[in-house]
Amino acid sequence: MAFISSGYNPEKPMENRISDIGPRKYDEFLPPVIKKNYGQWLYHEILEPGVLMHKAESGDEVYSVRVGAARLMSVGLIREMCAIADKHCGGHLRFTTRNNVEFMVDSKAKVKPLMDDLKSRKFPGGSLKFPIGGTGASTPNMVHTQGWQHCHTPATDAAGPVKAVMDEVFEYFTSMKLPASVRLALACCLNMCGAVHCSDIAVVGIHRKPPLKDHAVLDQICEIPLAVAACPTAAIRPTKIEIDGKQRNTVAIKDERCMFCGNCYTMCAALPLADAEGDGCAIMVGGKVSNRLSMPKFSKVVVAYVPNEPPRWPSLTKVIKQILEAYAKDARKYERVGEWAERIGWEKFFEVTGLPFTHHLIDDFRDHAYYTWRQSTQFKW
Amino acid sequence: MAKHKTPMLDELTKGPWPSWVDDIKGEAERRKANPDNIDYQIPADVCEDWLGLQELSYKDMETHWKHGGIVGVFGYGGGVIGRYCDMPQQFPGVAHFHTVRVNQPSGKYYTTKFLTDLCDIWDLRGSGMTNMHGSTGDIVLLGTFTEQLEEIFFELTHNMNTDLGGSGSNLRTPAGCLGKSRCEFACYDTMALEYSMVQQYQDELHRPAFPYKFKFKFDGCPMGCVCSIARSDFSVIGTWKSDIRIDQEAVKAYVGGEFKPNAGAHAGRDWGKFDITAEVVNRCPGQCIKWDGSKLSIDNKNCVRCMHCIAVMPRALRVGEETGASILLGAKAPILDGQQMSSLIVPFVPAEDPFDEIKEVVEKIWDWWMEEGKNRERVGETMRRMSLQKVLNVIGVEPDARHVKYPRENPYIFWKEEEVGNWDRPIEEYRKRHAR
Repeated sequence: MAFISSGYNPEKPMENRISDIGPRKYDEFLPPVIKKNYGQWLYHEILEPGVLMHKAESGDEVYSVRVGAARLMSVGLIREMCAIADKHCGGHLRFTTRNNVEFMVDSKAKVKPLMDDLKSRKFPGGSLKFPIGGTGASTPNMVHTQGWQHCHTPATDAAGPVKAVMDEVFEYFTSMKLPASVRLALACCLNMCGAVHCSDIAVVGIHRKPPLKDHAVLDQICEIPLAVAACPTAAIRPTKIEIDGKQRNTVAIKDERCMFCGNCYTMCAALPLADAEGDGCAIMVGGKVSNRLSMPKFSKVVVAYVPNEPPRWPSLTKVIKQILEAYAKDARKYERVGEWAERIGWEKFFEVTGLPFTHHLIDDFRDHAYYTWRQSTQFKW
Repeated sequence: MAKHKTPMLDELTKGPWPSWVDDIKGEAERRKANPDNIDYQIPADVCEDWLGLQELSYKDMETHWKHGGIVGVFGYGGGVIGRYCDMPQQFPGVAHFHTVRVNQPSGKYYTTKFLTDLCDIWDLRGSGMTNMHGSTGDIVLLGTFTEQLEEIFFELTHNMNTDLGGSGSNLRTPAGCLGKSRCEFACYDTMALEYSMVQQYQDELHRPAFPYKFKFKFDGCPMGCVCSIARSDFSVIGTWKSDIRIDQEAVKAYVGGEFKPNAGAHAGRDWGKFDITAEVVNRCPGQCIKWDGSKLSIDNKNCVRCMHCIAVMPRALRVGEETGASILLGAKAPILDGQQMSSLIVPFVPAEDPFDEIKEVVEKIWDWWMEEGKNRERVGETMRRMSLQKVLNVIGVEPDARHVKYPRENPYIFWKEEEVGNWDRPIEEYRKRHAR
């Protein structure tokens, strides 16, 4: 491969440099029917799973077909989407905040040919390139992170478990038979990039072993005070150690105080903690961000650990299906998972889902923990 | 023949959901075949080595990326996430595998021309793999070598008029819901606010000057389609002050079964005939709706604008005409002191271009947090350490019962000396009244 210059001159790096221009302005990209009726929408309908119609004051209509996507995607696939958008949508498309893709057309007649085209496209292994769904009371796409594809701090993978879960709940993506929308999310460590802390059902990668300590290099590659300050439970202190007759500054970790969050590794490369046997996933439920009916809620940990089982994470997908189906059967119309669990009581939640309750689920982090215990005689047998 | 055997990943080509494994394999094949005769600027077999490395992670159940990585472009302090594989001999194609964050347009609307031009750059200078999109909103170009970063940046800015997104201790790439472009609930123009804010604060986005990261997100209404209340330090959520607009004829059409409740969102299951009392009136959190069999009325003074009735009957009920937004502050993930959602600091602010009232609040918060925030302390944690009162004082907002879910339960109350009288009291004076 021969180097091809873009025009950038490394000898004069600041010459001809353009900066601080930001993104392109959105109005360059809007389909004509959107641009014309901007801010003039009257109402919408969900015609079938994955298909929306918006009606404008002018009488114009826009039909949107929502399709699932893996988020992680090739330029080849993006080009294929562009070809579809060129053929059916006048060269316009958009992505949603849950990483689905929406193709929009300005008349009902154009919907079926678009849908037929989308349905006809499959990957070599048989999976659908553009499954239609994710609207209404469904399980839309799973918001997720980098995992073993690109990150240095994960305790589990992202794209793999997401594919396994979405395969398992696929019928709920392509239908609208749940009591309310169920938002799924996954984060591969408890930095919780994305939406795990506020989703109906969520997965977070966790460790269960304290960090290793690379004493030989720690003081050369880490700012020790930052590693000390990174610990939520103050398990880390600076110390000295002798290696090959030489005194070195390093850190000591009180193992019984460490809850394996991994934040010290984020700050200090000499404290790795990933471990095949120790790592896995915790499952959280009951979060929501909308203000509809009840106020937004954090998700709560209901399964402290399931092991990593690549490539398809069977224990994880089984528990998620179990929770989803118990909710689908028992919850009232419009009730989100968290609203349902709070109405029936968490003791009932564990009973109807069949999940075991273990000591790990009782909060023990600082003052807030007390408020999560039960200061009442009200409970169900 | 693929370069590496991937028996575990191959299992993920099965099942109905789009398989990223098949997609990467397809990209690997396209690069190998190279029908457009591209002189690839990073190894042509990058995708094959990437699959090989991932297969190894599946076997080892541990990540194979080295810690951290500091790379970028001149003039900026962020925008690129450096990454190096920890087995570069076996997988030279991903020895470097840096991510480039590209600032997405508001609402993530695209023309195929824009996307194709971007794909052309990335084909040549990167792995051909992306995330559409990162959780914060950026277009994520996944995997390139250091030597290509300035080349990519030059092409982005000169040929595509597009800039990098944010990373590091700075303003990250803002994002909003699609707002007025295709939603009848939108109380203000979220896409215009997003664009205005990102352009106004380019310096804060590209050159880290903060104690830690800071995010903006803009929701058009309390439904929260971009999750601003949970996923941004500074959350702007549309709302209204005047009455909900009711079309009584349309209400009757819902009751009569002519219009589907919730626009048909529950059509996949038989929930029985629409029951306006059970599904709307009795569910209202403000208990402020009445239905007398022919007329729906709303006691708007007791409405908390949760959106439920409007969402159930979108053709009959519309948000009020006097619109604006609420500002909430401090959402963050658990690290360090626990997760937070944003807390209400400004109940109602006008939200019209050029959005000066909102920018004024942002700048007051920044002035304070940049001075007082500790190293790697999110603004939500600074707020907890220094109090909500302090934040209200900084932005010049009078405390209001709307600022709390409930008043404090402990009596550990701070008073200001000027609220009380002189604190400088001689003990001698006290002893004149009270013998020791």
